[in-house]
Amino acid sequence: MSESIAATNRLGLPALRWQSILKPVVFVLALTPFVYLVQSLLTGGLGPNPIDALTDTTGTLAIRMLLISLCVTPLRGLLKKTWPLKLRRMLGLFAFFYVFLHVSIYLVLDQQLDVAAIWEDLAERPYILAGTMALLILIPLAGTSTRGMVKRLGKRWVSLHRGVYVAGAAAVVHYVWLAKGDLIEPFVYLAILIVLLGYRFVKLLR
Amino acid sequence: QLSGPIVKSPFSTDEELSSLETVTTYNNFYELGTDKGDPARNADQLKTEPWSVTIDGECAKPGVFTLEDILKPHAIEERIYRMRCVEAWSMVIPWNGFPLADLIKRAEPNSKAKYVAFETVVQEDLPGVKRNVLQWPYREGLRMDEAMHPLTLMAMGLYGEELPAQNGAPLRLVVPWKYGYKSIKSVVRISFVEKQPETSWNMAGPSEYGFYSNVNPDRSHPRWSQAKERRLSGDTGGLSSLFSSKSETRFMNGYAEQVASLYEGMDLQKFH
Repeated sequence: MSESIAATNRLGLPALRWQSILKPVVFVLALTPFVYLVQSLLTGGLGPNPIDALTDTTGTLAIRMLLISLCVTPLRGLLKKTWPLKLRRMLGLFAFFYVFLHVSIYLVLDQQLDVAAIWEDLAERPYILAGTMALLILIPLAGTSTRGMVKRLGKRWVSLHRGVYVAGAAAVVHYVWLAKGDLIEPFVYLAILIVLLGYRFVKLLR
Repeated sequence: QLSGPIVKSPFSTDEELSSLETVTTYNNFYELGTDKGDPARNADQLKTEPWSVTIDGECAKPGVFTLEDILKPHAIEERIYRMRCVEAWSMVIPWNGFPLADLIKRAEPNSKAKYVAFETVVQEDLPGVKRNVLQWPYREGLRMDEAMHPLTLMAMGLYGEELPAQNGAPLRLVVPWKYGYKSIKSVVRISFVEKQPETSWNMAGPSEYGFYSNVNPDRSHPRWSQAKERRLSGDTGGLSSLFSSKSETRFMNGYAEQVASLYEGMDLQKFH
């Protein structure tokens, strides 16, 4: 099977299969907001409170990427095609990349590594606790995303990576909890999350 | 440009001013949108001419007054005040205005007037008003002695210019020892009332936003630690602003010497 695909590719027939450019295209798309953010930062486009703007933007991007990576399985089911699976690792790692940026900005720029202030946030603000939970779940998932780890962990890898459902939920709850006044955006993410997790639940029941 | 001479005030701080750009591009004015940049972007949608202010309730001289009627008798002062937002950022703003007390005296409130209630204009086609983010009109209130305090200002300008829409044109309240949302913008109604009036953020989240809302680093808040604040100062955007450290928030935003006597004997955790 794999040999025949390789043979076709070597012959260059057809010249450029759309699936072969899928990954690089999605990679560039997923990186674009980051490039745009760095550019805004350097040109003063983030306004008078750049730390807040960076925290907000990376947080929103992290949630969007998490939700997009949760779309892979339903997309495969609905299209009855396997190509979405090729994007799953990359989308998941991009989600982690934005989570990592978000948390680093909070710790280093916002709190300036003030341990007492960070501890107060954890102890007194439930949304910080929810966000921390999402982070702690995602770290081992990112760490076991290599092909080698997938093979080595086998079935356990699948169970471990179901943790992304909890992480996604914790991240959305984090956003709903912290939003002040205007709840439209966090509730849109919540609705999308419910649909994506609901799809899996319904599959499980069948 | 404001007409008439501007008198300096001993109440002004000599701290570094926040730049005009910072003061006029980073705002909370939910009628004009909930993003910090929305009020400046949508500023031209607020209609400020003609403008009238209704003064009513427990007073001898109620009425509907034009903006000119309201402003005419008062000399314009410059008051450079710290402004502390509940979102843990702060600015230093050179306001132009006059003491609210002077306006109140003209209305001759009676002995039943225990509180002053304020309302912001509701213009149906403003982007935030259409979406019902809060219950409109935006409303705020002060106890009579707070309203009469010499620090409490009605502002019609900043930096010597007329107030831009995003900062609450054409007339707003400034109460420097309280969180920013108490300083209600674009005021169209001032009422003297006997009972403590309802206030918008208190209606939206009573456990988070109290009636008094005095700046208090010791009262914890479920969203933002109130112990520290980020001063948004002169320069905007530059990379150096990423590494500006937070400063300790002061009790009553540093105005305790002048206003602490208003709250003697009160439990400020309960009456937050």
